[in-house]
Amino acid sequence: MATIVSPLPGIFYRKPGPGKPPFANEGDAIVVGQTLGIIEIMKQFTEIQSDVAGTLESFEVNEGDMVNPGDAIVVVREG
Amino acid sequence: MKKLLIANRGEIAVRIARTARDMGIETLLVASEPDAESLAARTADHVVVVGPAAAPASYLNQDAVITAALDNGCHAVHPGYGFLSENAAFARKVADAGLIWVGPDADAIEMMGNKSMARESARKAGVPVLRGSDGPLDPAADAVDVARGIGYPLVVKASAGGGGRGIRFVNSEDELLETIDMARGEAASVFGDPTVYLERFVQHARHVEVQVLGDGTSFIHLGDRDCSMQRRSQKVIEEAPAPDLPDSVRQTIRESSVELARECGYSGAGTVEFLYDPVNHEAAFIEMNTRIQVEHPITEQITGIDLIREQLLIAFTGAMSVRQDDIRFSGHAIECRINAEDTDNNFFPSPGLITVMEWPAGDGVRVDTGVEAGSTVSPYYDSMLAKLIVHADTRESAIEAMLAALDGTRIEGVKTTIPVHKLLLGRPEFAAVSHHSKFIETVADLMEAK
Repeated sequence: MATIVSPLPGIFYRKPGPGKPPFANEGDAIVVGQTLGIIEIMKQFTEIQSDVAGTLESFEVNEGDMVNPGDAIVVVREG
Repeated sequence: MKKLLIANRGEIAVRIARTARDMGIETLLVASEPDAESLAARTADHVVVVGPAAAPASYLNQDAVITAALDNGCHAVHPGYGFLSENAAFARKVADAGLIWVGPDADAIEMMGNKSMARESARKAGVPVLRGSDGPLDPAADAVDVARGIGYPLVVKASAGGGGRGIRFVNSEDELLETIDMARGEAASVFGDPTVYLERFVQHARHVEVQVLGDGTSFIHLGDRDCSMQRRSQKVIEEAPAPDLPDSVRQTIRESSVELARECGYSGAGTVEFLYDPVNHEAAFIEMNTRIQVEHPITEQITGIDLIREQLLIAFTGAMSVRQDDIRFSGHAIECRINAEDTDNNFFPSPGLITVMEWPAGDGVRVDTGVEAGSTVSPYYDSMLAKLIVHADTRESAIEAMLAALDGTRIEGVKTTIPVHKLLLGRPEFAAVSHHSKFIETVADLMEAK
């Protein structure tokens, strides 16, 4: 299992915008560099990308949650 | 006694509450939970918490704002800038609820929010617009002929494009037809619509704008501003009047902006924004903002007119207190937007607790802020901490006064953009007014993480 952590503080979103589908869902096949969510901090947006390939096991934070650097965002089952 | 709901936060909420108090208008601020004890909350007479920190649940929560207004006996809603200020649907809901909207009516907001409708009304009012094919380029038309009328360089834009995508540059006639073919093919495959249009491209454009006021009967301007110092299309330094503008251009943009306000029976404060081509001495319409602008204080400093007061007079009495003949311009004003950003780390946002906040004082210095020592800068909202404004006799002395004011400012706990302001104000390009709206991006040492 690989844990993708947030490199920065901010608010986590799974979708690129209101009413849009999520970037990824549990069970999805994930490739390296794939965007899994975005972190917003003071109107600046940073994409959270996977650094491993595999299957998305779980989200560790909810839509709209405040996260801190190092907080687990997503768990990916490698392979 | 009149009661005004302020649907905003930070410095503009403080700004509105202060003028309202001077006018004997009672204020009610809607705030998010973390803003319940803010400087704005303490400046207003009453506070209603409408939701949690995230703006969609609080400052953008239209029903909660209107309910707060009705439940608390408010007569009017001032939206400030940002948030709901240019939301025509919200303006309409406010009016339908029997409340006064401090701003132009929903139809004017809607028209100016639509790029092609705004351009069309600007053209009708005699506002100079960017030369172009005026709508889709007819595939049967002689594109070379159309392009000659526009001039080079020009851009081919996909009608269905946006956000910088679907744009191709054409430097000269021999590249034109091939580029149009490529652009049509690309537009068809990327956007599903091969329609393109042509537009003049202005290199090194400056951003100038005209402040207007209207009360539905009278329409006036309060001069111009230059906001060319921008980073990623966000204004960083603004000044009034716009420097180094030929008299004929200044007169054209001022008068045609007033005509545009007249054309839409405008009621409230508005800003007509222009691209200015300093090589060909031509201005062209960008858009009209149907609200109070962040940089309104520099206009107030050179005219002595309180724009928030005029907005409230127009909203409550239907008439502004000034005529065009009353407007006199004096000296030069500069505003620096001080943001909580780390200029050593590519302007990364710097939220946190402000431990020290000391501002310069003295003649000609004005600080508009919504925070103070002990305030926490939230990750939920934009990064602007304050606007530092100076007013002096000349542009040169205003630049000096701003540098001194920045030197006299002490902010600790969060990183700020003050070092970049000092750097920009000291640049020879700023002194010579040879900067432009992409200047900061082109000066590598300002942009690179040091």
